[in-house]
This record gives sequence, structure tokens and C-alpha cells, in this order.
Amino acid sequence: MKAASGLQAAAPVREFKARHGIGAKVRGEALVAHDGFSARYDLDRIAGVFSRPTHQLAGQSYVGRILVLDTPKGGVATAWMLHEMASRGVVPLAIVFNTVNPILAQGAAFGNVSMLAGFDGDITALVPNGATVEIDPAHRVLRVV
Amino acid sequence: MKLDDEEEAMLAGEFGRVAQIALEHQIKVGDFFGAPDFVPVTQAHIMADTESLGEAGVLWLERLADDDGGRGRVRIPTITDPRGTDFAKAGMLRQAPWMLTLERRAIDALTRLGVSMTDTCINYQTIQAPTRGEHVAFGDTGVVIYSNSVCGARSNFEGGPSALSAGLTGRTPRYGFHLEAERQATIRVRADWTPETLNDWGALGGVIGRLGGNYWSVPVVEGLDGAPGSDAMKHFGAAMASFGSIALFHLVGITPEASRLADVGGNRLPVAQRITEADVKALQNAYAVADEIDVVVFSAPQLSLFELRRVAELCDGKTFVKPLLAMTSPQVKPDADRMGFTERIEAAGGQVMSGMCFYQSYAREMAEANGWKRLATNSAKLVNILGGYGYVPMLTTIEQCVRAAETGRLT
Repeated sequence: MKAASGLQAAAPVREFKARHGIGAKVRGEALVAHDGFSARYDLDRIAGVFSRPTHQLAGQSYVGRILVLDTPKGGVATAWMLHEMASRGVVPLAIVFNTVNPILAQGAAFGNVSMLAGFDGDITALVPNGATVEIDPAHRVLRVV
Repeated sequence: MKLDDEEEAMLAGEFGRVAQIALEHQIKVGDFFGAPDFVPVTQAHIMADTESLGEAGVLWLERLADDDGGRGRVRIPTITDPRGTDFAKAGMLRQAPWMLTLERRAIDALTRLGVSMTDTCINYQTIQAPTRGEHVAFGDTGVVIYSNSVCGARSNFEGGPSALSAGLTGRTPRYGFHLEAERQATIRVRADWTPETLNDWGALGGVIGRLGGNYWSVPVVEGLDGAPGSDAMKHFGAAMASFGSIALFHLVGITPEASRLADVGGNRLPVAQRITEADVKALQNAYAVADEIDVVVFSAPQLSLFELRRVAELCDGKTFVKPLLAMTSPQVKPDADRMGFTERIEAAGGQVMSGMCFYQSYAREMAEANGWKRLATNSAKLVNILGGYGYVPMLTTIEQCVRAAETGRLT
């Protein structure tokens, strides 16, 4: 038996298929909330934290994390802001949504931020907060590894 | 995406590097959403304030303007959303010199690309409203939702890089609200109460925006009485877009695509929610957390001539103890000056600003420089935005806002 040999079975990789994807393949720590997202409304982009007091991730750093959220909210500014945030290195590694709007897709295209959106289930309930996840936009797959 | 001969040539660089960059960006976005092809657009409207652009965005614009030997130009009328300042009032707002330098650089780059610096988010009231069925590429969510819903035009939310790209190529990917099928209602709401004030219209928009919840949701609303008017629709739509990322709504018997509920498929939907006056007041009351205020702001969207007229009436004979800022477009401001509205507001101690919008103007830095935290406004959109900037925003009527500037208190 494997347990007797001191080896543990590797946890199975869970895969979730998305309908939309853009950007490079990346791997990182997931920051998960069933809440909205707007770079203008929700972030202190200098400090690199969620700043809207009522946001579920208020006070938490988004820098280098893979954000797993419900849907974009708010205005059009995020299309420029992801590019600006990337230029300073104060940017999420990738963003994953249940549903996406054009602004976030345009911002991801312009700012070279990886993105997946459109899952059969609620992706914010399927990915544990803090899990290591792999985003593979070319194959439109999110893997919890 | 399927490209026509002109688009193939554009992609191959035959129209210059600037058009090629723009089309490459648009193809990425079109592929993301599965757009089959492009649709020609007649106008583009770009949100490009420098708080959003940052140094990186301004550098990108400057390089684009320098490309092709500085000959890259938009191919269709292309206009701009508010800027990050009113240069004549920047000192009063305590904006830093670097902000103004960045603004001037962005203006220069956009102008060199042939963009008309209209600096307004109420272009449908002041520049040229699109007509029913007209395909456009508009930025600013308030502009898009008004144009789609009240005018019957066809636009997605076009962020700055995409709106500029549409201006440079004269087209946009055909997906979302350019498609007839996407314009059918997805959620049916019954309003048991019709607002009268602009803040109530905004709050109702916010309630429906939250219900809708995402960009692809199209609310159809029954039960509203009368013809609301342009300013009411402006606040209603801007708040709905802000709270819910909604880009299109239908009001049965009011907006052009919904003469009858069945026109937008609403008859096939159950009533998802009945909205009462109490629901609208509950949203407003959620922001009523303080009595004293530091600043009063009328903005988001910019004020029409009629709104400025009303503010001027309320300012007569008053002396303010707190700053009152009223922001409008460069098209409305000269009329407000000529008709004496500006003078009446400023005689009381208020300020009328042109070509800017409060939340697009380094709101966090202005708060720190001026000691502003508790902010009163009649804009539901503005209260939804400013929490993340460190403000305590409060939503009330125009009348109470002006009184608050006079007394420093909301009650």
C-alpha cells in the first residue's frame, strides 16, 4: 500500500472549462470572493489592495494573485487601468470571472493580463481561496493543482 | 473573425501601423467574444482621463501619435469623455502640477490623432445623439446605456483603447448589443412607484442595476408613469450601469424598442421583482451615515443646462460655508456663463467647472489635499464610486445638497 511506503497519493487536479480566454498561461495563488470587480471602484491601485470598504476582499493585496470573482462592475476605466497597473508591477497575475463584460476583456487584451470567464458552475464556489491554480487561456481551462 | 478586403489590408499594414495596431487589438477582443465580423460605426467616444491612463497610458498614446510619421488619424468623428481637470480651477482643487502636465500630454497626443476634445459624458445631450439602430463605439457606461436605451442606438461598453481603435478603424467587433438577439429583455421588473427627483431616479437605477447584476442582463421595467425627461433618464441609466454593469434597459411605453412588453420579449418572463418607494429609499438611506459634510458635488454625469439653472436658483441669496462644486461640459458652460447661472452659483461661494467629472479627477488626491471626506451629492452613480476612494458619500436631493453647503449639515 502507498500509505505503508510513506508516500501519499497526489491530490487529483480539478479542471474547469471556460467559454472565454485570453493571455498567457500562468500559475499562482487564488484570491476568491463572490463579489464584483472594478479597478476604479474597488482598488487602491497605489497600495495594491482592495479599498472599497464593502468589498469582501477589503484590505487584501491583489498583487501577483489570481483573482477569482463573480463579475465586473462599474465603469470603463479598468480598460486603461490594468495596463497602468501592469507597468508598475502592481497588478493581479490573472483574473477569472463567472461572467465578464467587454471592459475587462478589452483591458486584459490591452494590458496583457490573463483572463478566463464563463463556467458551467459558480467558479467562486468551486475554487478554494488560497489554492494554487493554473490558468490556461489557450485551452480555456482553469486547473486547481 | 471574418475580415473584408479593407480589413485584410489594414491588418497587413497597408493603412499604416496605427490602424494595424488598432485592428489587432479589436481582433483580440472580437475573438474573445466570438464576434463573427466587424460592424461599421459612425462615432466613437473615448474615456481617457489621465488618472486611468497613468504615465504608461499617456506614453502609449504619444507613441501611437508619433507612429506613421505622425500621420495616424481617426477615420470617423471621435470625441472624448471628461478630462481629469478644469485647468482654470486646478489651483482651487489643489491638484498637483504633475497631474496637469500629464493631462496636457494626453490632450496633445489625442489631438494629433485627430480626436475632437469634447470632454463630456453627456454628448447625447450636447454633441449629437445617435439615432435608433445606429452602430456606435461609445465609452463611459452612462453614455452607452443612455444611447442604447433611450436613443435605440447600438454600442457595447468600449474602454479607452477599444474606443480609440474604433475611431482609427471606423468599425468595431460585432458582438453583444450590436446583435438584435442580445437586446431582448432578460429580467422583468415592475415599479410600483415613479420617482420625481433626480436622486430618486438614480437610486431606482441603482436598485435595478443590482438586480440585473451583470453586463448581459437587460432589464425591462413596467409601471413607470409619464415621460421621465432626459436628465431623469441620464441619472437612472448612469446609476444602473454603475451598480450593475448594465448597458441596456427598456421601459415599457417609454423607450423606443419597447412600445409594448412583448416587443422585447418581456411577456415571456416572470416578474422577478416588484420595486417600491421603500426599496429606493433603502438604497439612499444606506449612504445616510453622517450629518456634517465637507463638500457638495454635482457631477457624474456632468450637469445639463437645466440642472445648472436649478442649482443657480437654489444658490440665490445664500452664502456657503462648505465648497459646492458643479461640473458640466465645455458645451454647456458658455451658455451657463451667458445666462448668468455660473455667476449666481459662484456668488454664493460655489464653483462651476468645465470639462471634468469629479471621480475622474484624482478624487483620492483631492480628498487628501483638501481634507474632504464626507461628501453630499444627488448622484447615485457618484456615491457608488467614491467609497473606494476613501470618501463617505451621501445621496440626497439637489435642494438638500445646496442647503448643506450653506449650513455644513444635511439636517
